[in-house]
Amino acid sequence: MPTPTAARMISVADAARPSPLRRYGAWAAAAVALALLPHVLRAPAAVPVMNQMGIAVVFALSYNMLLGQGGMLSFGHAVYFGVGGFLAAHALNLAAQQGLWLPVPLVPIAGGLGGLLFAAIVGSFSTNRAGTVFAMISLGIAEMMAASALIFDRFFGGEEGITTNRAKAASLGGLHFTTDRDVYYLIAVWVLISAAAMYVFSLTPAGRMANAVRDNPERTEFVGYSQRWVRYVSFCASGLFAGVAGGLFAVNYEILTAENMGLNASGSVLLMTYIGGIGTFAGPILGAIVFTFLQSMLSDYTSVWLLYLGLVFLAAVLFVPVGLAGVLAMHGPAWRNQRFGRLAGPYLAAAVVTLVTLVGVIGCLEMVYFFVSAPAGQVTKQLFWLTVNVYTATPWAAFLALIVLGGLGMRWAGPRAAAAFADASLPRAAR
Amino acid sequence: MSELVVFSVLNGLVYGMLLFMLASGLTLIFGMMGVLNFAHAAFYMLGAYFAYTISLYTGFWPGLVVAPLAVGLLGAATERYGLRRVHGFGHVAELIFTFGVAIVIGEVVQLVWGRPAKSYEGPAALDFALFHLFRSSFPAYKAFMLGISVAIFLFLLAILTRTRAGLIIQASLTHPGMVGMLGHNVPRVFMVVFGIGSALAGLAGVIAGPVLGTFPGMAQVLGSIVFVVVVIGGLGSLTGAFVASLLIGIVQTFAVALNVSVGDVAGAAGIRVASLPALHDLWRITVAQVAPILPYLLLVLVLIVRPTGLFGTRET
Amino acid sequence: MFRAKAVLTGLVMLAMIASLATGATGADTIKIAYIDPLSGPFAATGENGLQQFKFAADHLNRAGGVLGQKFEVIGYDNKVSPQEALIQLKKVIGDGISFVFQGNSSGVAHAISDAVLKHNERNPSARVLYLNYSAVDPALTNEKCHYWHFRFDAHADMKMAALTDVIKTNTKIKKMYIIGQDYSFGKAVAEAAVTMLKAKRPDIQIVGNELHPIGKVQDFSPYVQKIIASGADAVITGNWGADMVNLAKAANDGGLKVPFYTYYAASDGVTAAIGAAGVDRIRLVHDAHPGNPNSPKALADYIKEYKKLYPKNDINQVRIQTGMNMLAAAIKRAGTLNVDKVAAALEGMEWTNSSGDRVVMRREDHQLLMPIYISVHTNKNITFDFDNSGFGLLLENKIDMDKATQPTTCKMQRPGA
Repeated sequence: MPTPTAARMISVADAARPSPLRRYGAWAAAAVALALLPHVLRAPAAVPVMNQMGIAVVFALSYNMLLGQGGMLSFGHAVYFGVGGFLAAHALNLAAQQGLWLPVPLVPIAGGLGGLLFAAIVGSFSTNRAGTVFAMISLGIAEMMAASALIFDRFFGGEEGITTNRAKAASLGGLHFTTDRDVYYLIAVWVLISAAAMYVFSLTPAGRMANAVRDNPERTEFVGYSQRWVRYVSFCASGLFAGVAGGLFAVNYEILTAENMGLNASGSVLLMTYIGGIGTFAGPILGAIVFTFLQSMLSDYTSVWLLYLGLVFLAAVLFVPVGLAGVLAMHGPAWRNQRFGRLAGPYLAAAVVTLVTLVGVIGCLEMVYFFVSAPAGQVTKQLFWLTVNVYTATPWAAFLALIVLGGLGMRWAGPRAAAAFADASLPRAAR
Repeated sequence: MSELVVFSVLNGLVYGMLLFMLASGLTLIFGMMGVLNFAHAAFYMLGAYFAYTISLYTGFWPGLVVAPLAVGLLGAATERYGLRRVHGFGHVAELIFTFGVAIVIGEVVQLVWGRPAKSYEGPAALDFALFHLFRSSFPAYKAFMLGISVAIFLFLLAILTRTRAGLIIQASLTHPGMVGMLGHNVPRVFMVVFGIGSALAGLAGVIAGPVLGTFPGMAQVLGSIVFVVVVIGGLGSLTGAFVASLLIGIVQTFAVALNVSVGDVAGAAGIRVASLPALHDLWRITVAQVAPILPYLLLVLVLIVRPTGLFGTRET
Repeated sequence: MFRAKAVLTGLVMLAMIASLATGATGADTIKIAYIDPLSGPFAATGENGLQQFKFAADHLNRAGGVLGQKFEVIGYDNKVSPQEALIQLKKVIGDGISFVFQGNSSGVAHAISDAVLKHNERNPSARVLYLNYSAVDPALTNEKCHYWHFRFDAHADMKMAALTDVIKTNTKIKKMYIIGQDYSFGKAVAEAAVTMLKAKRPDIQIVGNELHPIGKVQDFSPYVQKIIASGADAVITGNWGADMVNLAKAANDGGLKVPFYTYYAASDGVTAAIGAAGVDRIRLVHDAHPGNPNSPKALADYIKEYKKLYPKNDINQVRIQTGMNMLAAAIKRAGTLNVDKVAAALEGMEWTNSSGDRVVMRREDHQLLMPIYISVHTNKNITFDFDNSGFGLLLENKIDMDKATQPTTCKMQRPGA
């Protein structure tokens, strides 16, 4: 072996640490993107939707601390979101009426404290075991809290919930947060802070051991860690950030109701985290963005948007459990091999036939919905820039034909795309 | 007072036995495959809707047989083509899959039958008061519900303990690996059990639809309670499911009937009630208001103290 | 597996495409947003309400609309959830609509009223008018009143005053049971019932005062058992929608045969559920002529025309037409769609509704003052029935507007004042 005389001596530590650009580049880019987004997307509906996305991102990331990193499936995560939100709303009301100094930017801290406190209480008994028992306890707690809202109506406001007014709190540097835009910047800052904090947590021993407990609880005990304690710490941390998301919700919507703690909210966060991909840190971010986009934009155009979302979810669980982010990550080797361009053709073909099938499926589903639920006397419906008469055979035949054609096309294009992917992902040396 | 007790017991029994029909299927499925089927309540809803559609053409009675069959077939298909795939990904993935199925079934029901509640009525032949006691009457249809539920219970008992298929199922509950090695087609047993469980849920829907309402949210109404019953009774134990469903049914019905407040109970137990404004809500509430959360409270307590449930032998 | 990957990415694209699918609405119309339940346990109430609004808008449009423009009513589903309602309100504001009608429930009404006030304070150039046609928690025109909220239905206290006047005359009642939904309206009804009964008939003992979760109870048999066991001679309830249907069904099944004094025990399925068992027993307090007997001609024509178009539904909220007509008149009088000017024209307005009654929008608290009607569920002398059941409401008592008026604690802050 040649002696490394001329080679520069580097330590192992230096070799392992990537350059500052690689480490902080993504975060800096995200910060810049967040700052510029409201100027790029100028539609009036854009900013409220982005606010919703920001809250969902923090919530989904906190949920992934449990699910993806800790292996704990919880059906009641929205409880900590809700409790944090209610505490934040009460804090804001106190700030408005009795002069508690709590400027709006600090409200999510109150939310986080609420979430943390409640998670600490519930976690003390629920994290004893993982798996089904943990999931069932979380379900029980969720149902209990949702029903408790009517009982403890001083804190939860009963059926009406608790409303608050962010414009009446003390201002920080003259900011009064009267417009959605102001709230957007607040949410953007908190998203960055929370995401960074959760990322750092995942790199700490607590975070790493959570991964270990997920994969092999018995072995972590042998290594000297108590799996109970590790789960408990993860649980509390995730409750903290869920509470932060709740606080942001209180600032943005100025109302909290028992629904925010219910099973529907918990189900939504499970959906969006899983669709995004629980195996990567950025997965939930992607899932939250896509889910919120579909939920807010889609519901304007179709009443069966949740069906589409449910189908996407089922498809993800059955065929692509790694989620969207996982799928993107799988293309890493192809990118590194610089054979990404080769995928364009086969993927495009597969995309086109998939699109054809989907147009057919959407058409049929929308027509069924219209057939069943349209008000008396209406026979025509707007669908894909066309006006179709649901009571004639033509549109049905057309969409069914699209489904069949698309299906056949997928049988042709699918394997080709798969082959191209496999080919592109092969390490260079193996060629 | 005694009238209230008698009718509360009767109503509690009806509700409890309905829960048992749902819980029995769920606990069998869990006992065999280790998967808590979130879509179970969705099959219950499908049973009610199928029976409703059938009743539009042929009246109530054919639906009693056809709807559960249809739901059972659907359940078996879900197991064969869906759950079996996900089995390899672990318990969490299975739970998530059944969760997705529940959502999709709920949305498909809204798509095909629409959002408003359906007026699915019981048969006219049963639309009379079975008996009058003091000032109240008990509808014959509820007695019919009770009858069907008890019949199903006896039927299940008979099948599981006295037929060969039942013995195989019982064995698969505790030793699926061994049963496989003895040459039985364990995946097929799983599929059959899943189908039967779903059919039972569908049957529960057929008979409960007229009483509890046929609307898209009906799965959520009973869904969580059924999980509570199964967990409290013990995962995989039919006896446990029976005891727990009757317990929950009667407790919930009685809780509504009682006007006692928590403060009264505390006072009776000798605890002085301090007038802390924050806890004022707590003392004021009556047992009737607390009724909806009692089952979940029980669930959490059982899971902390005895995770295997009252009669169960396994946790996962 | 790869086909599946394509499916997944495609499915995600699908929704993006689907968002381009269905088309948009008309061009130059005065848009009215209707934010009420279009799904869930109260869908029947909300859907029939939307139909009545569209019908009223059609009537106005046939007469030429107002300011040369036609009305267009767009429905938004609030799912009886304050939060969902606020999300819809944000959409409504985003769609540029400035007139919002809402009525179910009072819980939602509080949230919308609050949100409208905040929005109008923060956006003086894009204000929204909140027209409450059915949410009758008295607080909305008392401690929670504000300039941009107008109520077109007699509130719970006005109605309870009338109801207790009728109960007062029934000497057979010694024990009363109150049951309601656990939210602001149900609580308001219970409170008013207790106070007013104590004042008018101190000998009546309240043997039960029960609140149940709204929209969640399917089987009311345990509650019915409780009522029977308490020995009550009569029941007061503000239940509406699915809760009233289920209560009626359980009462029939359980053999509960005492008089019921209600706010909403008719139509949208309730009349059919009560059926023969409730004849001459179930009473209702409401805001306009029930159509039987001898309906005023304007109302009779309106009902007949509606039934031709929607044979399965009934005109059960005359106040919808009153609200739309008064709004149109206010816009005409103001000569503009500017919300502040329309509000100024609407307050203090006097109007004659299709019931033939003179009604006045009180300036102090924006509560519409009107006579109050009490009717009974029966099948005798019924020209216009509900739910095509043969049963309907027969007028028993009418209380004049002056007697039906209640004082207010509203301290309204007017813009620019």
